Amino acid sequence: MINNSLKQLGAMLASKQISSVEMTTEFLDRIDQHNPDINAYIALDRERTLAQAAAADARIAAGTAEPLTGIPIAQKDIFVAKGWQTTCGSKMLESFIGPYDAGVIERFDAAGAVNLGKTNMDEFAMGSSNETSYFGGVKNPWDRSRVPGGSSGGSAAAVAARLCAAATGTDTGGSIRQPASLCGFSGLKPTYGLVSRYGMIAFASSLDQAGPMAKSCEDMALMMNVMTGFDARDSTSLQRDKEDYTRGLPAMTGDKPLAGLRVGLPREFFADGLNAQVSSVVQAAIDEYRKLGAEIVAISLPNTRLSIPVYYVLAPAEASSNLSRYDGVRYGYRAPEYTDLMDMYCKSRAQGFGAEVKRRILIGTYVLSAGYYDAYYLKAQQIRRLIADDFAAAFTQCDVIMGPTAPGTAFRSGEKADDPVAMYLEDLYTIAVNLAGLPGMSIPAGFAEVEGKALPVGLQVIGNYFDEARMLDIGHAYQQVTDWHTRMPEGV
Amino acid sequence: MPISRSRIGIRACRRVFKVEWEVVIGLETHTQLKTNSKIFSGASTTYGAAPNTQACEVSIALPGVLPVLNQEAVRCAIKFGLAVNAEIAPRSVFARKNYFYPDLPKGYQISQYELPVVGKGALTIQLGDTEKVIRITRAHLEEDAGKSVHGAVEGMSGIDLNRAGTPLLEIVTEPDMRSAAEAVAYAKKLHELVQWIGICDGNMQEGSFRCDVNVSVRPKGTDTLGTRREIKNLNSFKFMQQAIEYETRWQIETLEDGGTIQQATVLFNPDTGETRAMRSKEEANDYRYFPDPDLLPLVISEADKDAVRADMPELPQAMKARFEAEFGLSAYDASALTAARAIADYFTATLAAFGGEAKLAANWVMGGVAAKLNEADLDISASPVLPAQLAGLLKRIADNTISSKIAKEVFEAMWAGEGEADSIIDSKGLKQVTDSGAIEAIIDGVLAANAAMVEEYRAGKEKAFNALVGQAMKASKGKANPAQVNEILKKKLG
Repeated sequence: MINNSLKQLGAMLASKQISSVEMTTEFLDRIDQHNPDINAYIALDRERTLAQAAAADARIAAGTAEPLTGIPIAQKDIFVAKGWQTTCGSKMLESFIGPYDAGVIERFDAAGAVNLGKTNMDEFAMGSSNETSYFGGVKNPWDRSRVPGGSSGGSAAAVAARLCAAATGTDTGGSIRQPASLCGFSGLKPTYGLVSRYGMIAFASSLDQAGPMAKSCEDMALMMNVMTGFDARDSTSLQRDKEDYTRGLPAMTGDKPLAGLRVGLPREFFADGLNAQVSSVVQAAIDEYRKLGAEIVAISLPNTRLSIPVYYVLAPAEASSNLSRYDGVRYGYRAPEYTDLMDMYCKSRAQGFGAEVKRRILIGTYVLSAGYYDAYYLKAQQIRRLIADDFAAAFTQCDVIMGPTAPGTAFRSGEKADDPVAMYLEDLYTIAVNLAGLPGMSIPAGFAEVEGKALPVGLQVIGNYFDEARMLDIGHAYQQVTDWHTRMPEGV
Repeated sequence: MPISRSRIGIRACRRVFKVEWEVVIGLETHTQLKTNSKIFSGASTTYGAAPNTQACEVSIALPGVLPVLNQEAVRCAIKFGLAVNAEIAPRSVFARKNYFYPDLPKGYQISQYELPVVGKGALTIQLGDTEKVIRITRAHLEEDAGKSVHGAVEGMSGIDLNRAGTPLLEIVTEPDMRSAAEAVAYAKKLHELVQWIGICDGNMQEGSFRCDVNVSVRPKGTDTLGTRREIKNLNSFKFMQQAIEYETRWQIETLEDGGTIQQATVLFNPDTGETRAMRSKEEANDYRYFPDPDLLPLVISEADKDAVRADMPELPQAMKARFEAEFGLSAYDASALTAARAIADYFTATLAAFGGEAKLAANWVMGGVAAKLNEADLDISASPVLPAQLAGLLKRIADNTISSKIAKEVFEAMWAGEGEADSIIDSKGLKQVTDSGAIEAIIDGVLAANAAMVEEYRAGKEKAFNALVGQAMKASKGKANPAQVNEILKKKLG
């Protein structure tokens, strides 16, 4: 059952083959068994979860079930959920209990999905290895000496180890796609504005976007149907007609389902910095697409090389301001001892935030300071526009862009922990997508043999704005002819 | 640099300065907008609720919450822009002003920085008989902070976030004012205008209208601006006058004594009448303004402006011109009647019900009514004599039923709640005597009783005539028609 698709799980529930309580219990038991080692979850609440499962069973019995009703989904601990510990991976919010529901949580609740627990993550989503979490690192289920990627590392490990049916993540610079690549499953960062940011704890507001992390594109399509939609409480939320993201999937069969599709390969994505094994896995996946009927086009995204410096100006700038509310005054961590107000601020923030968060607050404060604003923040905004223009130009030549998701496979815990720049390069291929606000997806494309272990490699698919349904079709077509996405790590 | 108390007061008034100084004043006014809910959330803005009962998750700045702009606040800003004939930005941007303070829950204030919603405009003030145009630099939307509450809990400071997120329109002028009187005249005019157009309740005690005043001095005849000090948070016109006067004198004395002025923020202490530096520029925050990524740029179309324009009341300046043209009122009268919306409304309603000569209505509104209101310390909207009642009185004056003098008596009775003019005139028998026979009889009596005065008049003393009229009026208990008394008396003496 644990390897079943969401559709299959839904069918099992609908046919009363299994109840949601039973299904949820099985996942909770697996979590009890594996989580002490993998550390994918920060908060679990068996009672609350099973109550939701029981309510889902009642709904199924009443005949008002929706596709995800009764299915246990893990929620990244960045989403505020009423009654749930909501930490964002930080000591600052260790004792914070959500007093309201995020838009995403509300939508899953309304769909009848069961909240299985809150997953581990890099502190305030700042990291690419999950090692900045106050609640400890997460082990990659494919090789427990390695990181799962980040910042959605807990959700990634939970999906890979089948400690949930599917999970949510958020992606500011690659935080859904990079862990999906490193843990061998499917992850999608939608177009900016498609999923409500209300109640999603802000890292960099103009880049943050929530999306599904699941075993397949079909599963992600079902989750997108739940997650997307206008939310008046988020001013950047887009008002669009409701879409059915599964609508194109059935057509992805037959000989050349992708005939006519133009796939752009940006030469900058296959240049220095890309691991050779990863490159060959990605090339093989592209060959597969050729077989499915796609036409391969060489393109260029010349400003991609600037995306990391631009990102590390803009994201910290926004973060430095977004994280100012954690001041020890109203909620969250407050230093036990202090002499005056300023001392309380300083000690609470010094003790409540970890090193990477502090580093980014410092960078962000610096680039926004008088005298530096024009040279850094303003310049970065201008380049951000150029990066978006690159994509716009590329999409006149192709329908989707493909390439590697991450430059390498999962690295060892601690390997890059003391080298922030090496860590930042993990997001080399993903960040430009956030800067442009485009949808980006990572799907399992095979394995690279590293030190005797097969480690997953992801293929990144970048679409034009609002092309998620098409991207899911494209991913689904590939998953109809390959089985990388069904592979499970050993020992789980 | 705070000044010691001994330096002020004693010498200040008598001191003769070496240079003739000129004060330069600019104002920044925080106008609290009259919306039901906060600028970026649905929480109520009602004043005076129990602490933190009007603080929703957005007001508290819980993790994950986001701001959503209140369109009513935008309409208020457009209204103001139209009222001061300003440019209204087709696209303006909300920015974050970052600083830490316990009453600032997000650690930043959402304001507008580089691109404000209202651009250059102007407001004309009246100083005695002359008018002066004060240029408005800009007006921008922003959110208010909460407030610290000291002493409510022993040994601790509390935070009340009810006010956090209350919409403000900060209105900034050019340094166009040259005296405390001009600054106060501008502030009063602005205060009246924002109430007139219905965007602010104008309640200064509750902090709905607060002024920061930038003051600098320079030798008269020079062009460069002196270093300014900003007097923060003045919430009464009296304090504003006092604070500017003190600050001006302090700056002049400092410079005359060979000192320099440091740019600083100062507070006015109403108890001592002094201004005192709060923080100097060296300690000033770097607010690290940047566009708020949680809010889209504010786009205002011509249609948006037209919709607000259609909803605008006639503005005081236009109404003043109309009063002059349509009713033949003097500039002085028209200005006084349009000094406040409530006065204008009262006058307009009175005149409409009266239907007679505007000048008579104007005289009564600015004279009899204003005097009684002043005496009772009442606002015109709370006048016990309603416009329709006053009109009833004016009709009886106009048709000669009563004299002006009797009218005052009737008005007193109306003020005391004794009813309408007609019933008071009837019940008190105050109707003017216009019967020539009756008046002649009264005059005959007066002439007989005052033979000496008659002699004086005949001897050429004109004043004696007036005395005889007075006697006749007195004999009629004021009810005789004065014109008739004059006429008949003249004839009889003639």
